[in-house]
Amino acid sequence: MRKQLADTVGDAIKADDKVVLLFGDVGTYGFRHAAAQFPSRVYNVGILEQSMVSMAAGLSMQGFIPVVHTIAAFLVERSFEQIKDDFGYQGLGGNFISIGASYDMASWGCTHQCPADIGILKNIPEIEVVVPGTASEFDSLFKESYDNGHPTYFRLSFNNNIGNLKVNFGKANVIKKGKKATVVAVGPMLDRVKEACKDMDVTVLYYTTLQPFDYKSLKKNISGDKLIVCEPYYSGAFAVDISQAMSGRKIAISYIGVPREFPHHYGTTGDIDKSFHLALNEIKIRIAKIINSK
Amino acid sequence: MNLIKLKQKIIKTATIANEGHIPAAFSILDILWVLYDRVLNIKPKTANNPNRNRFVLSKGHASIGLYVVLAEKGFMSQKTLEGFGKADSCLGGHPDRKKVPGVEASTGSLGHGLPMAVGLALGAKIKKQKNKVYVIVGDGECNEGTIWESAMLAAHNKLNNLYCIVDYNHSGDQTLDLGDIREKFKAFGWQAVSIDGHNQKEIYRALTKKSDNRPVAIIAETIKGKGLKIIENNPEWTHKYPKLEELDKFLTEVK
Repeated sequence: MRKQLADTVGDAIKADDKVVLLFGDVGTYGFRHAAAQFPSRVYNVGILEQSMVSMAAGLSMQGFIPVVHTIAAFLVERSFEQIKDDFGYQGLGGNFISIGASYDMASWGCTHQCPADIGILKNIPEIEVVVPGTASEFDSLFKESYDNGHPTYFRLSFNNNIGNLKVNFGKANVIKKGKKATVVAVGPMLDRVKEACKDMDVTVLYYTTLQPFDYKSLKKNISGDKLIVCEPYYSGAFAVDISQAMSGRKIAISYIGVPREFPHHYGTTGDIDKSFHLALNEIKIRIAKIINSK
Repeated sequence: MNLIKLKQKIIKTATIANEGHIPAAFSILDILWVLYDRVLNIKPKTANNPNRNRFVLSKGHASIGLYVVLAEKGFMSQKTLEGFGKADSCLGGHPDRKKVPGVEASTGSLGHGLPMAVGLALGAKIKKQKNKVYVIVGDGECNEGTIWESAMLAAHNKLNNLYCIVDYNHSGDQTLDLGDIREKFKAFGWQAVSIDGHNQKEIYRALTKKSDNRPVAIIAETIKGKGLKIIENNPEWTHKYPKLEELDKFLTEVK
């Protein structure tokens, strides 16, 4: 994903002279070619995330399309007010690309982890939220939306799905159709959900854009009287949208995602997944249990 | 120019609305006037010219001072100004760029305007434009870390098209001792001058100061509520408005 980030943003810088990249001393090596080729539009700004975001707003006012990059916790949690006031409230366009996801940096501890990012940003009207499941999905989703005049957040992870789907900004994909229940997989959860549900008679939908939320696909493809949302960040971040989409329908909605606890483990992302019951075998058991419950 | 008429408008508008930060508006009024009258060269007709000079009021709570100057310069009507603070008005306690003609940045939360101005100045440099960016911050606002982050950013990127005016009205004296702000900006790599923020000649000279490759900090010594003795440096008036029956007295006494 790091390479894709450098390639995708590098392509945009090359193709569009309005694109300016600001990053907070993260990804410096990956951006070295773009920095060498376009020094006036590529800045390793320094380790000052809040000012980096406000500065990006100033560039946006000048007609540029800023791309701001650093670790999720520092981009979203530390700079939330700057994204809210300087981009959301001012109606400015810009792109915020994070790495680290929920706990990709498992052994670094919770200061470098950010499972709250999606739920936090959802509170900013007008913001767009994208959770790609693979590097190539990031590439296409970024290219489709980077210049649309909105603030857009891209949550990148090192732990991605294998294989690629053709995804479109703002649209969910139908992975399979079934009768007993509907399972929504968000971004990097897709592989686990597909494998867990391979012998189950369920509909599987895949979401890579969470805001704007594709209500239409969910309403159109809903199957059975149970809906299970599998998401790689704090569970329930989009509960409001899900309930709105299901308004008036008798349906039991469950969320399988990161619980609101600080991880008790270091090790790998897989180790923390296991402790949070998010490993493949546990997801399979949890989905089956929900489907078979009365 | 004597700004009594503008000050009277500020008092009247704030009294009617029961809103607005009169002491802060008075402390920056001379600076705002010199900017809009002689330095910025922005007119309502050219307000969207991409090559224009830019002004950001980082201390957005002094908005009523900005509105009065914008009205005087034809960006809005007297009627619009009189609507200040009303439900359907475009004029709030903090300026909104999407609503108010001539306002470049929506500010209010302190410490946002200067880094946005850094982005505006960098953007002008990237486009190889000669336009300049002016920003007013408060001395209390200089408590914010983003002010000093931005000071580093501006110096590092050699933004000699950026002028940061510190409205040093000493409202921050009740909190942190800022020490010598001019020396602090110098230490961060800026050119820095101290002026009397109510002396329009000194203000003009500083705002048009030729810069080398460094951004310019102008430490403007000002008085909160300058011109109206009852509110000058009187903390009671930070968020207080004259009563209607006091209005005539205040309008007469203001200098």
